[in-house]
Amino acid sequence: MQILIKPQAHLPAVASTRAGRRRTRLLALSAGLAALVLLAATSLVVGAREISPGIAWQAIFAFDPANSDHLLLRHLRIPRTLLAVTTGGALGTAGVLMQALTRNPLADPGLLGVNAGAAVAIAAAIAAFGVTDIAGQMGFGFAGAALASAAAYLFGGIRQGFDPLRMVLAGTALSAVLLAATQIITINSDNAVFDQFRHWAVGSLQGRGYAVLGPAAAATAAGLALALAMARGLDAVALGATLSATLGARPTLVWLACATAIVLLAGAATAAAGPIAFIGLAAPHLARHAGGPDHRWTLHFSILLSALLVLAADVLGRMIAPPDEISVGILSALIGGPVFVALARQRRQGVS
Amino acid sequence: MTTSRPSKPHALPAPRVWRLGGYAVLVQPRALAVFLILLALLLILSAAALSVGRTGMGLPRLLEVLLDPLSAGTGERMVLNIRLPRVLTACFVGAALGVSGAVFQSVTRNPLGSPDVIGFTTGAATGALIQIVIHGQSALGVTLGAVLGGLATAIAVYLLSISNGAARGHRLVLVGIGVGAILHALNGLMLVKGELDDAVMANLWLAGTLNARNWTHAGLATAGVALFLPPVLLAARRLAVMEMGDEMASQLGIPVERTRLAMVFCAVMLAAFATGAAGPVAFIALAAPQLAKRLGRSQGVPVLGAAAMGACLLVSADLLGQLQPLRLNLPVGRVTGMLGGLYLIWLLTASSRRVRPGKPV
Repeated sequence: MQILIKPQAHLPAVASTRAGRRRTRLLALSAGLAALVLLAATSLVVGAREISPGIAWQAIFAFDPANSDHLLLRHLRIPRTLLAVTTGGALGTAGVLMQALTRNPLADPGLLGVNAGAAVAIAAAIAAFGVTDIAGQMGFGFAGAALASAAAYLFGGIRQGFDPLRMVLAGTALSAVLLAATQIITINSDNAVFDQFRHWAVGSLQGRGYAVLGPAAAATAAGLALALAMARGLDAVALGATLSATLGARPTLVWLACATAIVLLAGAATAAAGPIAFIGLAAPHLARHAGGPDHRWTLHFSILLSALLVLAADVLGRMIAPPDEISVGILSALIGGPVFVALARQRRQGVS
Repeated sequence: MTTSRPSKPHALPAPRVWRLGGYAVLVQPRALAVFLILLALLLILSAAALSVGRTGMGLPRLLEVLLDPLSAGTGERMVLNIRLPRVLTACFVGAALGVSGAVFQSVTRNPLGSPDVIGFTTGAATGALIQIVIHGQSALGVTLGAVLGGLATAIAVYLLSISNGAARGHRLVLVGIGVGAILHALNGLMLVKGELDDAVMANLWLAGTLNARNWTHAGLATAGVALFLPPVLLAARRLAVMEMGDEMASQLGIPVERTRLAMVFCAVMLAAFATGAAGPVAFIALAAPQLAKRLGRSQGVPVLGAAAMGACLLVSADLLGQLQPLRLNLPVGRVTGMLGGLYLIWLLTASSRRVRPGKPV
């Protein structure tokens, strides 16, 4: 990750290129937004049951409760599309925060035990309380994710200050314990429990309605606000604790706010849609390519890119083999993995 | 690892050289003592594992039956035919994983290195899942699938990370992450789309279990160690020199790239045989070399120590899983995962408590 301060930024010659770069970036963002809208429209009409664009238009603007296509679109397709954008944006934001906090361009929001915490809570909820509806599982998942990351922060020694390496180690160790516990739960219960769990564990947006969308959107909005407020501070904190304090930032405040935002964002996304790998790792990477090292730009690009990626993976998953679906978590890794390998092969030695 | 600190004369016990004819062996007394103690511990643990269970068998009787199998009654013979392969599998799987981890930690110069960094375990799981979910379950087929899957993944990751004829550690890890993610997704796909019965079987395999091990499994694990431990032992000195840096090692006359390739191959084969015999077992490859190194205070790569430590850890984890009073089905691979994770957390909190509050970490 390269973070450069440009001392000559106020010079007129540089300023003009800066303005030009700003224009290009704004253009790129608008293009991305347009693509997102287009993709969302596609998402409404594609699926096990094709709905023609005309009927989709009617379903939104001239809703007829007796029409099954209208009902399907209103109660499944629309919340599903919105949820894809929400979880995508949440993962992209959490990824940027995580990579900035740990100063590691390969950090994933799942590193702090969010995924493992949600997994063990949901497995326990299914096995012990027989929670089978997705909205109920979501509550358990979010609580599990929040508890696990709080524990990771504690074990990582947050009371002595924020040490990224220690934090990541604690998260990894905790994840190992919790995932082992998850597997022990599924092995020692009925097959039906595992059947439920396996569908959650691959990360899917199937059958998520407004009951899932509402809480997920609320948590994501809160996390997003926190992240955007901290964007400037992140630029400073990325330079290290001492230097950022010298520059007038308050590293502890930034860390705490970002840590909270990560839990809100990654927790909401994982609880709502299951563990979706790779988006949180890859989107910030691509965003830095497009938007440079300034975190305000990185954040915007990353949110847009990850929303695009998740939505695209979901649409593609419905198009490959209808009426069957390939879940978004699987498809995003299948698409993102090769891209990541290609990126790793391109990287010159010594540049990180 | 290069250190510029002046060496303290008494910091480490001086290695001794044993000569026989034209051959010489470098022996570190403390590491040797630790190895022997671990070996004795392993014998005790194995005897305990053989004698406990629903049908108890006293130690004297156990020895008698082991020395003279013909004297055993039918019941006792059955007990031995179930427990002996299980214990042997545990011993050799643990040893193989320990050595494999020691090699990876040396090659990647990273105390957290293990075969997992090149996506090995995920690939082995893919191979096994293909066998279980798509081709139907046969014990031998699953074992073979795991071995081939792990090997194919390791080779693919290695080839993908080659540039200019050399695979550097850093790129190896990155490509390993990417390939691991792809295979993980494929595994998820098979688990979700497969029949529920097959998926449940697959989940059990993924947990890494020593239940229902027979002589095939024991033979597989033993063969792995017998074939691939000796070359690692022979090359241990070279590996230790290579830890000082590739340039330094080349100047000392070591064919760096060839040694690394051969050693990674041996380590992957060890892990492959182990995973084929018992499924994925967490943390042994990570913890055994570190523990052996600390206890033995040894310089270099603790090959024998890691083997003995890995075997001890796995046999005791299996004992623990069987003796727990809740009568849960605790697959040994998850017991090690739990214990290893808790141990790591304890290490972290213990070392953070030692830091005085207010002092920056």
